[in-house]
Amino acid sequence: MTTVATDAVMDYDEAMTKFDPVMGLEVHVELHTATKMFCGCPTEFGAEPNSQVCPVCLGLPGALPVVNEKAVESAIRIGLALNCEIAEWCRFARKNYFYPDMPKNFQTSQYDEPIAFEGHLDVELEDGSVYRVEIERAHMEEDTGKSLHIGGATGRIHGADHSLVDYNRAGIPLIEIVTKPMVGAGERAPEVAKAYVSALRDLLRALDVSDVKMEQGSMRCDANVSLRPRVGEPLDEAQLEVPLGTRTETKNVNSLRSVERAVRYEISRHAAILEGGGSILQETRHWHEDTGITTSGRVKSDAEDYRYFPEPDLVPVAPTRETVETLRGTLPEPPGLRRKRLQSDWGYSDLEMRDVVNAGAVELIEETVAVGASAGAAKKWWLGEPSRRANAEGQDIVTYAAGLGLTPAHIAELDGLVAAGRLNDSMARQVLDGVLAGEGTPTAVADARGLELVQDDGALEAAVDKVIEANPDVAAKIRDGKVAAAGALIGQVMKEMKGQADAGKARELILAKLQ
Amino acid sequence: MTDLPTDLTRATAADLAGALASGAISSVEVTQAHLDRIAAVDGQVHSYLHVDEAGALAQARSIDDRRRAGETLGALAGVPIAVKDVMTTKGLPTTCGSKILEGWIPPYDATVVSKLREAGLPILGKTNMDEFAMGSSTEHSAYGPSHNPWDLDRIPGGSGGGSSSVLASFQAPLATGTDTGGSIRQPAAVTATVGTKPTYGGVSRYGLVALASSLDQAGPCGRTVLDTALLHAVMGGHDPMDSTSIDAPVPPVVEAARAASVKGMRVGVVKELGGEGYQPGVRARFDESVALLEELGAEVVEVSCPNFEYALAAYYLILPSEASSNLAKFDAMRYGMRVLPEGIDAPSAEQVMAATRDAGFGPEVKRRIILGTYALSSGYYDAYYGSAQKVRALIAQDFDNAYAQVDVLVSPTAPTTAFKLGDKLEDPMAMYLNDIATIPANLAGVPGMSIPSGLADEDGLPAGIQILAPATKDERLYSVGAALEAALVDRWGGPILDRAPVLGAAAAKGA
Ligand SMILES: [Zn+2]
Repeated sequence: MTTVATDAVMDYDEAMTKFDPVMGLEVHVELHTATKMFCGCPTEFGAEPNSQVCPVCLGLPGALPVVNEKAVESAIRIGLALNCEIAEWCRFARKNYFYPDMPKNFQTSQYDEPIAFEGHLDVELEDGSVYRVEIERAHMEEDTGKSLHIGGATGRIHGADHSLVDYNRAGIPLIEIVTKPMVGAGERAPEVAKAYVSALRDLLRALDVSDVKMEQGSMRCDANVSLRPRVGEPLDEAQLEVPLGTRTETKNVNSLRSVERAVRYEISRHAAILEGGGSILQETRHWHEDTGITTSGRVKSDAEDYRYFPEPDLVPVAPTRETVETLRGTLPEPPGLRRKRLQSDWGYSDLEMRDVVNAGAVELIEETVAVGASAGAAKKWWLGEPSRRANAEGQDIVTYAAGLGLTPAHIAELDGLVAAGRLNDSMARQVLDGVLAGEGTPTAVADARGLELVQDDGALEAAVDKVIEANPDVAAKIRDGKVAAAGALIGQVMKEMKGQADAGKARELILAKLQ
Repeated sequence: MTDLPTDLTRATAADLAGALASGAISSVEVTQAHLDRIAAVDGQVHSYLHVDEAGALAQARSIDDRRRAGETLGALAGVPIAVKDVMTTKGLPTTCGSKILEGWIPPYDATVVSKLREAGLPILGKTNMDEFAMGSSTEHSAYGPSHNPWDLDRIPGGSGGGSSSVLASFQAPLATGTDTGGSIRQPAAVTATVGTKPTYGGVSRYGLVALASSLDQAGPCGRTVLDTALLHAVMGGHDPMDSTSIDAPVPPVVEAARAASVKGMRVGVVKELGGEGYQPGVRARFDESVALLEELGAEVVEVSCPNFEYALAAYYLILPSEASSNLAKFDAMRYGMRVLPEGIDAPSAEQVMAATRDAGFGPEVKRRIILGTYALSSGYYDAYYGSAQKVRALIAQDFDNAYAQVDVLVSPTAPTTAFKLGDKLEDPMAMYLNDIATIPANLAGVPGMSIPSGLADEDGLPAGIQILAPATKDERLYSVGAALEAALVDRWGGPILDRAPVLGAAAAKGA
């Protein structure tokens, strides 16, 4: 069943003339530590339900948590990469509420003592301008189990016949990264939201702390949106002083594109309500990827009380300044700087680099160049057929290529075959098709399909002679200095050779014979 | 070595261990003797919630086999033990005295239980307790109260009244306990047995069904100070599964118990624990014990701990707060009792949770969950939980100041001897006041012990003296306790439990 839109929305551009949007993003990231946050269970995705559990993560009576030191290290590294302060001493806290997928009926989290706080992330927008996202905090917590609601129309608990719970996910380390209110973005708010999540994803990937797969839920985004009356330009002091409006929190927006769409939708929906004299209900909203709308979830009132208190089963986390500095030393080059360096190394234009980034192919190209391909060829091959097919499949290029077994080494090999003069461009395309079809390495495909430029100059020369003889008019033009006319002859030579010839060489021969 | 009594259940654990090591007796004999005793008297005392006859005998047989094969075994190998039902035991029911866990068989052993098994102590069964350790009498057990072997109409203390009555009625030579506000020490005092609450973190909490995590501490129970020390050494030590466990060896408790000396020690009598509200007979036995300590070579001074006055109030905010969260997991979703609400066709998960918790928890548990939920709610947190934590810091400071002057502190363990079953059941405040002398140690995390000080003149019932030491100095409890015990037993002309009434069929027949 598809969800039917019932809410009025205002045209986005019109909304922007009347209101100023403010956002807050909460991103949950599952760390890819080998074991869970408080026990030794494995964290692998996709295992048999309830096969990766123990007394601790099932919350059995008597069981106690022990902090995963690796997870704490990852949290500190994330904090440092987000330019945060790292707490000298902080505690876990219990967030108390009842839900069947939470084994203890409290979540071990952090409350007023986060491990990292007061940071920022500079985010580059499509036009090259930079928006600074202020980070309020990054804290450690554990994931809950996963409920599967059987029966009922929506797959939600409401109306379901019964529910199944898989606790494999319960206790997987999570880092929640919370921004301060993001102001001043104006009409670019949806773009800023997407760019932030994208930049955060790149950063976390570079830190190698998480799989950051939004489609698998290892990175999840909740988007808070509110509107206030527009009184000037987004960054005008008068505009920034207008009090914030009531916000809604759209939960589990699980792709970059959805982040942008969900923020945009909520802005239009809020605008319609406010314009009609209504007021915004502080609530959580569910995002519907298929229809591109949000629907009402749980009403969030101030009465909701998690009764936080310091977790008495765990000792405080007190990283020494030495440890923090050691971890700072392990930080990778910030993705923004790294991108600039690669662009200059590769000699790409801004536009070319943006295409590569948008295609998610930076790492693939880097690896391909590292195993011997030219930067130009690496870009050409990755952004060609593989990228087109990945898009058609709705997958990112890295996942798609990995699924097919297409590696940077393959692309480098293909480029090598072209550079060595064995393949011409159109033959190389055929070889790549073969590799994508699972026929083997480029060399193996070329061998099997009998694709090879004719290296016998005698055969080529004979073909050239034959074509010159058959086209005396064109030959005469070339003799008169109209070199451009050679193209017509080259085409015929290639035809004569059934494509198995090097067009460059054919051109050389023709010109040599006629000049 | 001392000669063993013909009735093996009257022997101390230390003597049984010696006879087992020498091959004079087998673990099967000792274990069987206790199982027979249980069969004879537990109908009157109701100490056990579950007896594991087959399991205990199998463990005993295995220990006997290993000993015959020449294996080196632990000091207490072959000596049977009773385990408080708050500790998880793989394959054995663990109810915590609550209906809500009826029928639950844990898939894992508490660390303490693993240590007992590794040390070769056959587990006789699980002992009764106030539900989730909330109480001072076992009257809050969902399975009915245990009885005090000194007077079956009276309480055996709580929450560990099952363990204390097991020892006082000779149904086991050793037992485990947990002490959140006095649940080891107060039951020991009212049954004339011995019990120690070690330093917080000295014994692993892994597998103890939590009441209040920051206060709970498992400890040993015995009939003599040396027996208790031997068990302490088995139970204690660092556990990587418990983050709050102390990463240090067990203090030299057995050596201290054997040395049994107070010479040159400074003993502080806590001014605030022993005045108004303390029964005269309890007070008299305490004063005599203090005088004895002086005779034995200790220097006795009075010390003041002014903030102890606020301990009870702070305790009854911190404990319910933590308990309200710890007990949230009992929701019918994964284990234990499940009750479907009446008159609802297709109940939601929340409705099943509510119905189960309503039916599964007793009134005292509900009272404390409600108290704790309230104390933690936003807007009240600072006034209640926050203030209580400040009091806690002040009490720790009182202890620090006191220990700057003295080596150990002493007080009566409980203000009164055992009261009658039903006497305080309807008056929670009167019940809570029982723990007034034991609570400060839990708030500060310092170790404490109770040993018998004699019988009160007015009712002929046991009274206890509490010894407290600085954190991680548990051995001092045993030096002082063993020295005082020796002097008292000497004065009494034999163990005090010899004066307890005779129980069982033998008693009925007048034999
Ligand atoms: Zn686990």
